[in-house]
Amino acid sequence: MDATSRRDWNWLLWVGFATTLLAAFSYVPFFVKFPETRDFPWANLALFAAAGCLLAIGMYRAFARPERYRGKISGVIFSVLSLAVFGLFCFGSFYAARNIPRAEAAPRVGQRAPEFTLTGLDSKPVTLSGLRQANRYVLLIFYRGYW
Amino acid sequence: MAISVDSGEESRKLCQSQGYTFTFLSDPQAETIRAYGVLHEHAGEGGKDIARPAEFLVDREGTVRWVNLTETILARLRPDQILRAMDGLRTASAP
Repeated sequence: MDATSRRDWNWLLWVGFATTLLAAFSYVPFFVKFPETRDFPWANLALFAAAGCLLAIGMYRAFARPERYRGKISGVIFSVLSLAVFGLFCFGSFYAARNIPRAEAAPRVGQRAPEFTLTGLDSKPVTLSGLRQANRYVLLIFYRGYW
Repeated sequence: MAISVDSGEESRKLCQSQGYTFTFLSDPQAETIRAYGVLHEHAGEGGKDIARPAEFLVDREGTVRWVNLTETILARLRPDQILRAMDGLRTASAP
């Protein structure tokens, strides 16, 4: 029997890569729902770390014990892809997400809030002065929206 | 009051899916967003100008009493932050 076919499947590499994908694609549908894991992606970085450990052990098995384990080629492919995914995640979380205008012209505490007239869901006009008269405080929340 | 460039139709869908009951206002030309200095140029779909996340608390006289300008779009205002800010103002203005 051929020696190659008797070598074990190096499952750590596959689980490691799957963990990388989980780390990258779990932020928006899941971790964004909880303020603790939304404001800073701790949970996703922990998953990336776990993926890195799995891939490292898998790579060690593939290269240090090639007579027993497979995965020299798949290990390299999975590791390079995982690094690329991790890089993209970091770019999005720590560069793109912070790349917003500093809003230096925004009114500061003690300054006057600019008056406005906007339309509500019922298409009726709503003014800041009207809101102020009806409420003790008015909280204006500007958000990016869904366009 | 939640303000964005979204249409009333888009905001209505959001309210329905999330169960929001506070007021949503549309600023499709981003005029108010610009007046408040929180415009994020070309950041929307197709290079559309949108708002960066920002919150202002305005009192009855029209004076800004509290501002929150996040540094990253990941970190958003939490309800307890604004409640604490309002508690602080109430204590400060108490006789």
